[in-house]
Amino acid sequence: MATGIRDKVAIIGMGCSRFGERWDCGPDDLMLEAFEEAVADAGIERDRLDAAWLGVFYDEQNVSKSALPLSMALRLPQIPVTRVENLCATGTEALRGAAYAVAAGACDFALAMGVEKLKDTGFGGLPERTKGTFEDLWQPGFTPPGAFAQLAASYAAKHGIAMPDLKRAMAHVSVKSHDNGALTPKAHLRKRITEAQVLDAPMVAWPLGVFDCCGVSDGAACAIVTTPEKARELGRRDAVMIKALQLVPSNGYELSHAGWDGAHTPTTRAAARRAYAEAGLRDPRAEVSAMEVHDCFSITELVLMEDLGFSDAGRAPFDILDGAYDRGGRNPCQTDGGLKCFGHPVGASGLRMAYEIYNQLLGRAGERQLASPTLGLTHNLGGIPNRNVASVCLFGLSQV
Amino acid sequence: MPGIAAFGACIPRLRLARSTIGAAMGWANKALAAGRGERSICSWDEDSLTMAVEAARDALPSMETRAGVGQVTFASTTHPFADRSNAAVLATALGLADGVHAQDAAGSQRAGTSALAQSLAACGAPGARPTLVVAADRRLAKPGSDQEAAYGHGATAVLATPGDGLATLLAARHAAADFVDHYRASGEPFDYTLEERWTREAGWFELVPGTLRALFEDAGVAPADVHHAVIPAPAATARRVAGLAGLREAALADTLSERCGDTGCGHPLLMLGAVLERAAPGDYVLLVGFGQGVDALLFRVTDSVRGFRPRRGVEACLAVRREETSYTRFLSHCGLLPVEFGMRAERDNRTAMTVLWRKREGITGFTGGRCRDCGTVQFPRSRVCVNPECRRTDTQDPQRLAESTGRIKTFTEDWLAYSARPPLVYGNVAFEEGGNAFIEFADFEPGEAQVGMPVRFVFRLKDVDRVRGFRRYFWKAAPAGSA
Repeated sequence: MATGIRDKVAIIGMGCSRFGERWDCGPDDLMLEAFEEAVADAGIERDRLDAAWLGVFYDEQNVSKSALPLSMALRLPQIPVTRVENLCATGTEALRGAAYAVAAGACDFALAMGVEKLKDTGFGGLPERTKGTFEDLWQPGFTPPGAFAQLAASYAAKHGIAMPDLKRAMAHVSVKSHDNGALTPKAHLRKRITEAQVLDAPMVAWPLGVFDCCGVSDGAACAIVTTPEKARELGRRDAVMIKALQLVPSNGYELSHAGWDGAHTPTTRAAARRAYAEAGLRDPRAEVSAMEVHDCFSITELVLMEDLGFSDAGRAPFDILDGAYDRGGRNPCQTDGGLKCFGHPVGASGLRMAYEIYNQLLGRAGERQLASPTLGLTHNLGGIPNRNVASVCLFGLSQV
Repeated sequence: MPGIAAFGACIPRLRLARSTIGAAMGWANKALAAGRGERSICSWDEDSLTMAVEAARDALPSMETRAGVGQVTFASTTHPFADRSNAAVLATALGLADGVHAQDAAGSQRAGTSALAQSLAACGAPGARPTLVVAADRRLAKPGSDQEAAYGHGATAVLATPGDGLATLLAARHAAADFVDHYRASGEPFDYTLEERWTREAGWFELVPGTLRALFEDAGVAPADVHHAVIPAPAATARRVAGLAGLREAALADTLSERCGDTGCGHPLLMLGAVLERAAPGDYVLLVGFGQGVDALLFRVTDSVRGFRPRRGVEACLAVRREETSYTRFLSHCGLLPVEFGMRAERDNRTAMTVLWRKREGITGFTGGRCRDCGTVQFPRSRVCVNPECRRTDTQDPQRLAESTGRIKTFTEDWLAYSARPPLVYGNVAFEEGGNAFIEFADFEPGEAQVGMPVRFVFRLKDVDRVRGFRRYFWKAAPAGSA
């Protein structure tokens, strides 16, 4: 493969709105809230931006298509703006556009913005949407929890683990994220919960109960990226650098081929392989200090620990129960509460994950700060297990 | 002589006990409180068309058995479409050849027997090919009406053949009479039904015996020699008709009223199927259809009857049952109770007809692809093979999957998704031949699905487009043993 973008792009400013049910805010308000923080953090004038990428997923429901929502909301100075969408990897896709533009030398400063305004639908859960004129003719009228619940049934069958035992490990995933969310001021859900609460919660899609599902939130997050040279010119000595940024969509294998067992996500494995190669990472368990993975549902995070190489096959439930992914564990996961508690405004999520890694690497994570983290990982799984887009990014603190 | 070469049935699995109807509606109609037995009811995703497909598949289980079918007639008084050939959907779902003559028949409770008589007559012509007749009804009835208890939902398929078949036609007689014992105006949901005593005495007793006399004269058979008489009337009425026509009372076929109710224009054929399942070679079988006139057909059973087995048959269909204990859920399935299903039920189910046309073989005919180069079976069929080791272009032959079986690979019971019968159950299913389908399940109650469980595929309603009055159909995975 080509050399990739390792160490070619520095993040010099990030911002994130408070996530939650922002009844008082539209998408323009949320974007501005994130942007003002990022631009102050970067220490540059808005007019120095050369281009911007807007990531928003549920366009029919809220923000509307094209570059206009971002350009209008921030009154951007007549620069190229591109809207991107790639399911739950949308925010990461926006970052990819901005990072690639900088790495290519086309821009000195680029903005990646992700936003979603989900709480204008009038009902709980994610909006209903078409899957395509052909897919609608045959695919089940699924919901995200129902689609991800599939992982649990097949994981339990594949590894011969009893569902109550799997449920207990899944419950720990949520309990851990609520512990972290309680320490995160901008998070949507900030109350601690107990394993018993998780296990006794009403069923949403068997075997997922309410506490196995992430929040449905409004929010925006953004990053300003530049070259290491420009970062140095701005007086930075250490900067958060992109070490790898990879993205792999399904090609139909999981949906149509008998070979997929339904208990893992091949796209995550492929994206991780590519990202680890791009960053020169050999042992993720030893080298990754913090990670934000796509915990849309507790079972997703569990399966991902194996797909990303942090747990051996069939061992994720045990590693989880042993605390390997707790804030004080071997590979702290979702230190800001994750999708589960920080919230999941779809288009913003990839950038919100990067925001937490950025803050951890810079030592700005407050009560939940990890001891001297060096390398952070973010991961998105957009779509559903048999038809998805996976992204894996690695970020590290380097001298510029 | 033309005859019947095959038959099959579809009785929806759900049954509503008449005592359940009585308990709910006895306050309005005291007679309902005395109801015995049970009636068959469609789930939300079954209608005349889906039952017709399943009945035809029961009669002709393999693609080989369907190969020679030249014509298919779909008789119903409750076709889902008034102007869109329901029979063409049926033919596509069955995978019949493009040159098949598909037509709908309708208009009375004789639609099924008349279609069969016509098909048998056509089979007498030189060069005639086998003709499939499918009769199905899903009649609605007002809550609290006698019809609500009397009616059932179901479908029957009969294959008419130029050869003698299992039962050879000896004679047929017909009578037309605008005897309005009931009617249903176009676009109206319910029948308007006249007094039962008048129907019996001025209808059955006056109109039927004369037609039967002429039939027996034509055939040169004495009525008393008939072994099985299909008279789709209430038992007491049928007994009196038998007496008037010279038939033995013992020859009267079971009306199945306590097991599934009167399934409409397919009901005489359903009773006929039940008869053929236990008839002996040489038996005479009388078939009567009644509805603004009379159809009367006389058959003689041949030796071939011993060799024929539908996939499942009438008796087995009747045996596979699940009691619907909720009267209000029955009403909701009939569209007679405006249940609040939440905003998710507002999802726009517009169908792109251009896409449905392009993909008709895949969707309506549930046909995937098999790669000629690597043998990989896949759904949906695509230009490029999905096997990562192959990925060749334009190497896939059509592979019909509707008759396949599979095993559940993953599933969920989704209480959040919209379903007219929550939860929505769906998952990934691995086909016996290889390949995977992400598909909705049918006929699984909560707690029944398990990873690894065998499934078969059934033709069902997938979505209803309430805005545009369209219904779209696809296949669903059902428990292998039950459907």
